[in-house]
Amino acid sequence: MDAHDHAEIDRHVKAALFVFGALLVLTGFTVGAYYLKLPTHLAIALALLIASVKGSLVAAWFMHLLSERKLIYWALILTAVLFVPLLLIPTLGALDAVRLN
Amino acid sequence: MEIPYTVSPRPDTGLTNGKIAIWLFLASEVMLFGALFATYVMLRVGATEWPAGATYLNIPLAALNTVVLISSSVTMVLAWASLAKNDFGRFRLFMGITILCGFGFLFIKYLEYSEKFHHGYLPSTNTFLAIYFTLTGIHGLHVIGGMVVNGWFWGPGSGLWKRDPTHFTNRVENAGLFWHLVDLVWIFLFPILYLL
Repeated sequence: MDAHDHAEIDRHVKAALFVFGALLVLTGFTVGAYYLKLPTHLAIALALLIASVKGSLVAAWFMHLLSERKLIYWALILTAVLFVPLLLIPTLGALDAVRLN
Repeated sequence: MEIPYTVSPRPDTGLTNGKIAIWLFLASEVMLFGALFATYVMLRVGATEWPAGATYLNIPLAALNTVVLISSSVTMVLAWASLAKNDFGRFRLFMGITILCGFGFLFIKYLEYSEKFHHGYLPSTNTFLAIYFTLTGIHGLHVIGGMVVNGWFWGPGSGLWKRDPTHFTNRVENAGLFWHLVDLVWIFLFPILYLL
């Protein structure tokens, strides 16, 4: 391994430590937002927004998705395409049942 | 028979076979937890009443567990980076800390579960507790699975480092991808179950 690779690894480690700090701060925001006792819809939206940002940080830096090969992106796009209906169809079905009642 | 392309990437994909395999496995894990999250949403939307998580759950302990798991993700990155820089001693240190964080997470979870059982809160008590125990139980099993793999690389499986360091580094990277997914799932479980 040459000096260039070592420098690359050091940059990666530095970014990971920065992301670690951001994740801790965002965890503080998540808990802090709970104690604000916001209206339910706003609380759900805010909590999911913060969780999504945290999840994106983990995926992008810790899981190296920022600089991954195309094949991985395609596999994940296919997963996302299947994941959305998986999440929505049962929920829409339940809402339908609520309306019928 | 040896599995091909575990060290150098396949020319057509630009990836090692192990890397493709772990990402396909992670995709299946996304679908598993996606189905469980969909179940949670469906149960919650269909319920006439839904208790606030704090009614049954301990928010400070869960917040602490979030910090423990996030910390373990960073030490996992540091373990892989140590191997990439040919420093096996630091790898063992950081991988050891990652495994200890896993034990820490499970111990805190044990405290939480004990508190609930002590109060007679069981999966059969109500729908909220049923989905809580299902989601956190399956997540906990993933933590244990990750610890077993990490423990293997920390101890008996580390002999590969002497024979084929690049192969070992690639394996640890793949184990790390699984560990980060476990962290990622918890990042969503924490607010959904405890705070909403």
